[in-house]
Amino acid sequence: MLLEARNVSKDFYRETKNTNRFTAVNDISINVSAGELCVLMGRSGSGKTTLLNILSGLLKPTRGSVLLDGKDLYELSDRELSLIRNRSFGVIPQGQTAIQSLKVIENILLPLKLYGKADDKDISFARELLERLDIAHLETAAPAELSGGELRRMAIARALIGKPGFIFADEPTGDLDDENTALVFSFLKERAKAGSGVFIVSHESDAKEYADRVLIMQSGKIERA
Amino acid sequence: MKSLAAKNLKGKPLRTAVLVILSALLTFTVFGGTVIVESLDTGLASLENRLGADIMVVPYEAATQKKFEDMVLQGSTGYFYMDSSKLEMIKNTEGVKRVSPQFFLASTSSSCCSVAVQIIGFEPETDFTVTPWIKKSYGKDLEKLDVVVGNDLNAFVGDELSFYGVKCKVAAKLDKTGTGFDTAVFTTEETIKELIRSSLEKKMNDFKDIDPENSVSCIMIDVADGYTAEEVLNDINLHVKRVKAIQSAEMISGVSDSLSGVSGIIRILMTAIWVLGIVILLLAFTLSVNERRKEFAVLRVIGATRARLGRTVICEALIACLSGGAAGICLGILIILPFNDIIEQMLGLPFLLPDAVSIIKYVIIAVILSALSAVAASGTVAARISRIDTGVILRGDN
Ligand SMILES: Nc1ncnc2c1ncn2[C@@H]1O[C@H](COP(=O)(O)OP(=O)(O)OP(=O)(O)O)[C@@H](O)[C@H]1O
Ligand SMILES: [Mg+2]
Repeated sequence: MLLEARNVSKDFYRETKNTNRFTAVNDISINVSAGELCVLMGRSGSGKTTLLNILSGLLKPTRGSVLLDGKDLYELSDRELSLIRNRSFGVIPQGQTAIQSLKVIENILLPLKLYGKADDKDISFARELLERLDIAHLETAAPAELSGGELRRMAIARALIGKPGFIFADEPTGDLDDENTALVFSFLKERAKAGSGVFIVSHESDAKEYADRVLIMQSGKIERA
Repeated sequence: MKSLAAKNLKGKPLRTAVLVILSALLTFTVFGGTVIVESLDTGLASLENRLGADIMVVPYEAATQKKFEDMVLQGSTGYFYMDSSKLEMIKNTEGVKRVSPQFFLASTSSSCCSVAVQIIGFEPETDFTVTPWIKKSYGKDLEKLDVVVGNDLNAFVGDELSFYGVKCKVAAKLDKTGTGFDTAVFTTEETIKELIRSSLEKKMNDFKDIDPENSVSCIMIDVADGYTAEEVLNDINLHVKRVKAIQSAEMISGVSDSLSGVSGIIRILMTAIWVLGIVILLLAFTLSVNERRKEFAVLRVIGATRARLGRTVICEALIACLSGGAAGICLGILIILPFNDIIEQMLGLPFLLPDAVSIIKYVIIAVILSALSAVAASGTVAARISRIDTGVILRGDN
């Protein structure tokens, strides 16, 4: 499986000195292939999240296209693209993203329940993920009872429950301690070795150790590849 | 997705309770209001049906003192007499097709009832107003000292009732009419004259020196084809002394006027409460969904379609509104059906509950309305949330 961004740009409209158009992502072309772990670094505001959202089918670029095995994501119908997000992509967004009315385990199984049922095998896989991420004791807790780092790990488990071909992680270790940071990176690395394409946005210099490729972003451009 | 909607509702019990109570009140208002308005209509129709004569002639004083009207509409008791020679005069008036006399008496001393009872006697050979609906409850002719009781009286077929010391047998009980006739007792001319004589003997009759054989209380008139009720009525009022001819339609028109007034007020209140309720529901849903914008964005991230987001919102609204609606209907059934007598007294108008089929129809309409208002109140929010820009919302604002 191959995900290619071709000359993608994203403009935002906002008041600035001479123009009201701000280009957050500026004519970027990159590939993410199966089995590869790619780390994107860069200063705050350089456009990392914007690029990740474009790649993961969440934000339509102003120009350019994103192809999954040759199919342009943003030419698909909402249902087709939604299915791809559900089946082929696992996204760990920046910030907290729990559904408050669901327990931890229900949050994790939700992607499967959207298009069917979670069977016993899925539930034991969810438990395995909880175990691996060291939050097994929180299985039936409510999100409101969790710490920031625990919520983050719950979001990671939710992104991985469907064994997606591509994993997108936006600062997945932002609120984790060193021990858990290492745990999460090695876990994501493991997924890459198992054949997933993994795309991580991170400030952590440790991340480089796990990367097959490191990209540096500055002012909407990829500086170094 | 239904389960997510249900869990979202459970997750915010207070807000959900407010939504449910609000829709319960809405449905209660619409269901209750409809039942009351329809009961008034049914009551009026039943009154029209029961009066059955085009013109009624009563002694002049009875008409001016509103005795007769109150008797028919409110179920109050009264009796008055005029000379039976009037009957002959009226029978010979041009345009009169048929006439039949009635005889009234009121009894405070009957064994069945704590309140006074109106007794109405009719002449079986000529009667065309009472007999048709007695026939519905009782197939045979009434024997001497047989009576037929109105639906609201605490007496049953086979019971023995005593009026002025005369023992009568209940031969039948009439269906409910929602009019003053529900507390009346009907019997034949022969029986009521016996009762009148007995009331005179016991000196319990206000008319000390009437002769039952030569008295009538009211004369029912059917107008012949080719004549209007007004013509005949004017003729009688002009030529027959000390009587007043009343047009049934006119007496009812007073009722139907105040009835349409009451119905109108209820309808306006119903609409106002409904509109207000939808506005409040709309606000509540908007707040509740906006508060969870990020959660809806997360649903998009994990692969929910736009349509599905909208459906989740509408589903939440439907669950809340329909369970509230069910509660409102139960409340309506519990309050309005058992207490319809009290409502009737309060309104002072003919009031007859519609039949079960109609009530089921109103239940269905109320359920559909509460579902519709759920969709109306949540539809725009649902449409808006389904268009959220996921990539923009989920940008690490945390
Ligand atoms: N919806 C938006 N409207 C206007 N400007 C936006 C919008 N989204 C992003 N931007 C701008 O685009 C630029 C890039 O934003 P982005 O979130 O991609 O940065 P980032 O590299 O992820 O930063 P950080 O490391 O702080 O998360 C920022 O200057 C931001 O202000
Ligand atoms: Mg970012």
